[in-house]
Amino acid sequence: MGADPSLSGRGLRWFEALTGLEGLLDGGPRTVRVADSRLGEEIARFIAVVADPANRFPRARQGELGLEEAWTLARQLRRTVAEDLGARARAIVAVVDVSSQAYGRREELLGIHLACAAAADAYASARLAGHPIVALLVGKAMSGAFLAHGYQANRILALDSTEVLVHAMSKQAAARVTRRPVEALEQLGERIVPMAYGVRAFARLGLLHGLIEGVNAAAPGADDIERVRRELAAAIDDARAGARDLAARLTSPAARETRAASIAVRRRLTEQWDAP
Amino acid sequence: MSTAAPHERLLTRHSFIELPARERARAILDADSFRELLGPFDRLKSPWLPLQGIVAQSDDGVVIARGRIGGRPAVVAAIEGAFQGGSIGEVSGAKVAGALELALRDCERGHPVLPVLLLETGGVRLQEANLGLAAIAEIHSAIVALRRRVPVVAVVAGMVGCFGGMSLAAALCSTLIVTRQARLGMNGPEVIEQEAGITELDSTDHALIWSLVGGEQRYATGLADALVDDDAEAIAAQVRSVVEGVAAPRSEQVECYLERLAHIDPANPPEPRALRALWAREDPDGR
Repeated sequence: MGADPSLSGRGLRWFEALTGLEGLLDGGPRTVRVADSRLGEEIARFIAVVADPANRFPRARQGELGLEEAWTLARQLRRTVAEDLGARARAIVAVVDVSSQAYGRREELLGIHLACAAAADAYASARLAGHPIVALLVGKAMSGAFLAHGYQANRILALDSTEVLVHAMSKQAAARVTRRPVEALEQLGERIVPMAYGVRAFARLGLLHGLIEGVNAAAPGADDIERVRRELAAAIDDARAGARDLAARLTSPAARETRAASIAVRRRLTEQWDAP
Repeated sequence: MSTAAPHERLLTRHSFIELPARERARAILDADSFRELLGPFDRLKSPWLPLQGIVAQSDDGVVIARGRIGGRPAVVAAIEGAFQGGSIGEVSGAKVAGALELALRDCERGHPVLPVLLLETGGVRLQEANLGLAAIAEIHSAIVALRRRVPVVAVVAGMVGCFGGMSLAAALCSTLIVTRQARLGMNGPEVIEQEAGITELDSTDHALIWSLVGGEQRYATGLADALVDDDAEAIAAQVRSVVEGVAAPRSEQVECYLERLAHIDPANPPEPRALRALWAREDPDGR
């Protein structure tokens, strides 16, 4: 494997920028790119899912996370854990630019829900095994695709760019399901933070470890890449020093404000857990 | 895992599907052991729905109950499909995640608690979009951590079914119990039609949709562990029967499924019936 001109997208651009195309590993469809590359003092494993217009599954040709992509993520992550058994657990960087899970009739029949669960499971299992995992949002982080690729990370970093979007559903589909025009949805997003698509609104939810500002997300230069590498290395150190669960997502000042209800529910549940 | 009810049982059957979430939880737990946590009087409602002109509900559509199953300490999280389509918002999601996290804490302290999820949900509540998605990621995390200490049981009974990010939660559980009235899929039919066009899937073609994601099909292709009748006692008995020694979770069987996919031609995919033969469970009593 090497540079492949028929693949495209922001996720691929950042994956190639961060790994320099060294250490590319095989093991599945070419849409799941895996490479080992130096990051600070250590070698980290980078994983990206990229668009392949010739994907043999037609509903996964535009950067969607399809059946093979999700199961291959699970394979690559489980291999990583197996390789490091008894040794220092390697850092894992998920480069995230996924427009959605694949929407299709054959995907439903063949269990796209299980495939995405397998990827989420493999990420969570790697995290529980002590691998520090950092998700780097460079483009879209949408819906089930984000649940399968990135949302189980110990730490989430995002580039501050209007092209970085996080949401549960595309605007068009959300408009149809909620029976609202797209414009009305956009206006709601300005007023109701969790409904917004942009990454700056997402940052206000307190789920991000860091928003990386002032970087050219579309065409990163050498300084941009160096800057992001330093942020990744720092986030990995932070993850190694922290817990293996996702509790850190409820501790930031932004989370204490915007996710106050999430915190209150847990506090009251704990109080009532054991019979009086 | 018998699916046929004896004739006389039909006469005494009590529908589980017709029960609201609170009564479903009660039906799963041993008699008189039900104790609700964060009940309606705690008034933990969605802070986001009223901002959009939608009346919030005092339990946000999720019932958390402690009790016993077969005499053992348990916790049931039951989603109310009648409230906002069983959708996962910030509060309802935090209730499920928080209950699983406390069960994990107790398991780690050497006091196992059996977690049971009664899933009736369209997935993320779009009015709370990113906070619903975040809660679902936390639910996934808790299931994976908990599953290695105690069996995590999910029941999809119907009629809402289980979709979106919560279909991943169902797939992560140690044991998944379905009825013929259940549907389990990642993308709702309306969303597939919107995103991929009506030639991909006509969301009004109910027979086709049931053939793809219905409970019987999921069981027949090995994507669910038990198919039970819509009978509260039969479902409770099936939950009680899940004890130690559950097989390796399906979501860990990576090479098996990659191998299966390699034999699929996307240009000529198998029909639902044909997939039952291709992916038939080898052992009629298990996976």
